[in-house]
Amino acid sequence: MTVKHAELTQEIQRQAKELLASGEVAAFLGFSAGSLPMTTRPFVARTPQEAERLVWNSFCTVNLANYLPALLKSLEPPRSPKDPPPTGPLPKVGVLATGCWSRNIVVQIQENQVDRSRLVILGVPSRGMVDRKKVLAALQGKEVLEAQEDDHSLRLKGKWGETELSRWAVVRDNCQSCRHPNPVLFDRLLDAASERQAQAPFSQIEAIEAMSSDERWQWFQQAFASCIRCYACRNACPLCYCSTCFVDDNRPQWVGKALNAPDVLTFHILRAFHCAGRCTDCGACESVCPMGIKVRLLTQKLSKDILTLFGAEAGMDVSVPPPFTTYAPSDQNPFECDTCSSKGKKE
Amino acid sequence: MPMKIRINDHQLIQWIQGLITKFQVFYPLQDANSGVVHIQKATGSLNSDAILKPVSGVPKTSIKTFFMPQPEVIARFSIAAQDAEAFVLKEPGTALQTQVLLNIRPCDARSVALNSMPYAEDPYFQKMLKRTVIIGRPCDETCSTCFCELVGGSPHGTEGMDLVILKTEDGLALEVLTQKGADFLKQNPCAESAGLQPTPQQQGGQELPIVAREMQKKDLLALYNASFWPQIAEACINCGACTFLCPTCYCFDIQDEVAGTKGVRLRYWDSCMFPLFTLHASGHNPRGQKVQRVRNRFMHKFKYFPDRFGPVSCVGCGRCVKDCPVNIDIREVISLMQAV
Amino acid sequence: MFDQKNPYLPYSVIIDDIVVETEDKSLKTFKLVIEDEGIRQNWNHTPGQFAMLSVPGKGEAAIGIASSPTEKGYLLFTVSRIGSLTTALHQLPKGARIGVRGPLGNGFPVNSEFKGKNIVVIAGGYAFTTLRATIVYLLAHRQDYGKITLIYGARTPGMLLYRNELKDWEQSGLVECHITVDREAPGWNGIVGFVPAVTERVAPAPENSVAVVCGPPIMIKFTMPALEKTGWKDEQIYLSLENRMKCGLGVCGHCNVGPVYVCKDGPVFTRARVKGLPVEF
Repeated sequence: MTVKHAELTQEIQRQAKELLASGEVAAFLGFSAGSLPMTTRPFVARTPQEAERLVWNSFCTVNLANYLPALLKSLEPPRSPKDPPPTGPLPKVGVLATGCWSRNIVVQIQENQVDRSRLVILGVPSRGMVDRKKVLAALQGKEVLEAQEDDHSLRLKGKWGETELSRWAVVRDNCQSCRHPNPVLFDRLLDAASERQAQAPFSQIEAIEAMSSDERWQWFQQAFASCIRCYACRNACPLCYCSTCFVDDNRPQWVGKALNAPDVLTFHILRAFHCAGRCTDCGACESVCPMGIKVRLLTQKLSKDILTLFGAEAGMDVSVPPPFTTYAPSDQNPFECDTCSSKGKKE
Repeated sequence: MPMKIRINDHQLIQWIQGLITKFQVFYPLQDANSGVVHIQKATGSLNSDAILKPVSGVPKTSIKTFFMPQPEVIARFSIAAQDAEAFVLKEPGTALQTQVLLNIRPCDARSVALNSMPYAEDPYFQKMLKRTVIIGRPCDETCSTCFCELVGGSPHGTEGMDLVILKTEDGLALEVLTQKGADFLKQNPCAESAGLQPTPQQQGGQELPIVAREMQKKDLLALYNASFWPQIAEACINCGACTFLCPTCYCFDIQDEVAGTKGVRLRYWDSCMFPLFTLHASGHNPRGQKVQRVRNRFMHKFKYFPDRFGPVSCVGCGRCVKDCPVNIDIREVISLMQAV
Repeated sequence: MFDQKNPYLPYSVIIDDIVVETEDKSLKTFKLVIEDEGIRQNWNHTPGQFAMLSVPGKGEAAIGIASSPTEKGYLLFTVSRIGSLTTALHQLPKGARIGVRGPLGNGFPVNSEFKGKNIVVIAGGYAFTTLRATIVYLLAHRQDYGKITLIYGARTPGMLLYRNELKDWEQSGLVECHITVDREAPGWNGIVGFVPAVTERVAPAPENSVAVVCGPPIMIKFTMPALEKTGWKDEQIYLSLENRMKCGLGVCGHCNVGPVYVCKDGPVFTRARVKGLPVEF
């Protein structure tokens, strides 16, 4: 483990133990070690002893905010729908939050999914999480049996021997293009703020934008061709909390359910649009995709548009309403179709 | 009557290149950029390395898609009112040509044999089984996530294969395992293989693996009510990655799709991880909670299936271990269940 | 299991008649006639079995068969308008063509365990449909069974199914009928009260008897203690489970309750068997 991450692991364990021992929180949401190299497991510690299992490393790729609403609810006294809401303070949850996760918590507060007063947020400035798929590609598919991280390198061992990779080279795309590695909302900050700031955060998007519309269509079809519709992207996303997703609805049935290209593409494009103005580019969707699809390129394109059109970034400030929940007559409303520009309203 | 023959590299290459010109042939291939192994359709001629040195990793997706296409048209109909046969469902009537699955791992081949148990009377699955010839390849190298032996398989097992390409001390051998394999070789001989007969199968069924016998003996409700299920389910995001990558998860849904006046009835993969799987039209849901769904998947594989059919519904390929977004490791679940 | 060549393909049927059963119009009985004469004449089923009703373009739903196999030439299905398929079905006119796939499931053991016994039928709401099939069947073979008792309740008089037949059974004296509604209602002179309470009052004797109980979960839950009080054993009580089904053949995996498939091993189980299963129904 990196020196930094080893220190953070100790600090997280210490603070989580303290929070649990003092009874300030009833549960602490973090990560425990995974069963394979380069994996972690989202983990809820409920006793100081369990807090000793918490870890922090470069492989914490799942967004913890995703678990908060259900975890908070599970700590409420059971009641039937007809019972009045409980009075008095409810049990709290301690949670780790990097820049993007803290912004997701902000969005959850704005959308009434979590109650701020029930959270103790331990902010962790992020050094960027590693993409296992990039490591696999760098090793041409060879199986990693042991992984050790230093502050700037990964040492990977397997049947072939040992390989050292630059850590940053295999950090996830969304972390490499991150502009907000530091938590925006926290009760305690566990480390000094990170100075890093991506220079060209939208370079991947700009490359796609530069394509002709035919090329883009080709790219889109190919990029999502291997989707198996397991919905890991949706289910790992803290924004996707609808009790019935539009793809699951059958009255009316918006999309077909099989692996037909139009249905698959419709799912992905509509999901991305549902996240517009709310997505923090945490990259969980892409990290959990078993097929290695670059799912987040769609949401990042929308983040870019929202930033350009409204000057807004999701979850930066609880008091600033998300762009799509407000309306001002001065809002930009351009519409231009680049295949038939004559219909554009702009000119 | 011989059951296997020795062949040389050249004969094998020639045979397989010949098959590619006649049939749809699918084989595992490693993608150079991502390092991921996918089962791909052979087009043109194959690189001789792809034939002689099959990739060692587990392919990303299993071969179940060749037996349970995703989606599969199970009936066609017209909804044109003037049509005398409007709203009558008919078999799709598509002619199914032989498909060849080449260099298939023992775990994947075995999954076909296991899935054949619940699908014994399913006309669509049986048709697919009939049209498919599996040419297997023993595993020289296993991954750290492989556990085929725990669940009754073996890196050198041949269950589910029609033919197997073996490495011997002095070259290669081709062995016939089923009558379908023998018939296929008669029509498409490799070297002197035309007269080969299938290896006699063990009579009286193979002995069940210890894990299956253990689970059969366990009390259903004791396993079901075991205290560890909430902990296993806690991290689960209830996606269908495990079920869709799993070679032995075989559940499906049926839906109609209509375009204009033509309709099809489709069946496609479904997952017991999804809340909709059990949702009644009334709104009642017998497995409405995540923990119930997670439990069902493992209980089905290691208790319900053995109680019904004998073996466990798992071949130990390790796909779910590798690709679970939150690292739920089925091997740990098996140990917990064994300890009940 | 029915012996169609391809068990996924429904028989084509014509809606021959539609009866609106209840005052809220949410329940209709469809009289279906199988188009193929050979199949129509060879059709046979056991009361308690179900079939997949198929509206091509909309899909399929599992519905209990409300007619008795002794009613030849047609099939009855009483359908509650509740999901997408049943809503589509309710919109169809007489003469429309739909599909029937079945019969599926096991049905009540009317020709084995029920023979020579007193039969107590306890039903609540629209779960009465396959029990109508059962009573009609029992009456057609009246000499094979002992006393037949019916305890049947609905929310209001207007929500009772098969009202004319209930009257006939009662007047004929062949069935001891206890028909109840939840609350007093204008024009209703019969029993008022919930099915469990009525069951307790009637207290059917368990000796040489079997009970079939179908209804909403809450009714079943409270009826069981009422039967237990009078000495009924779990092995004498037959329940019919309803789970979401797709194939109806024990393959697709949707309707499992632990190791059993409701579609293939059920839907009829003794209470003793149900008690040994996870509560996933």
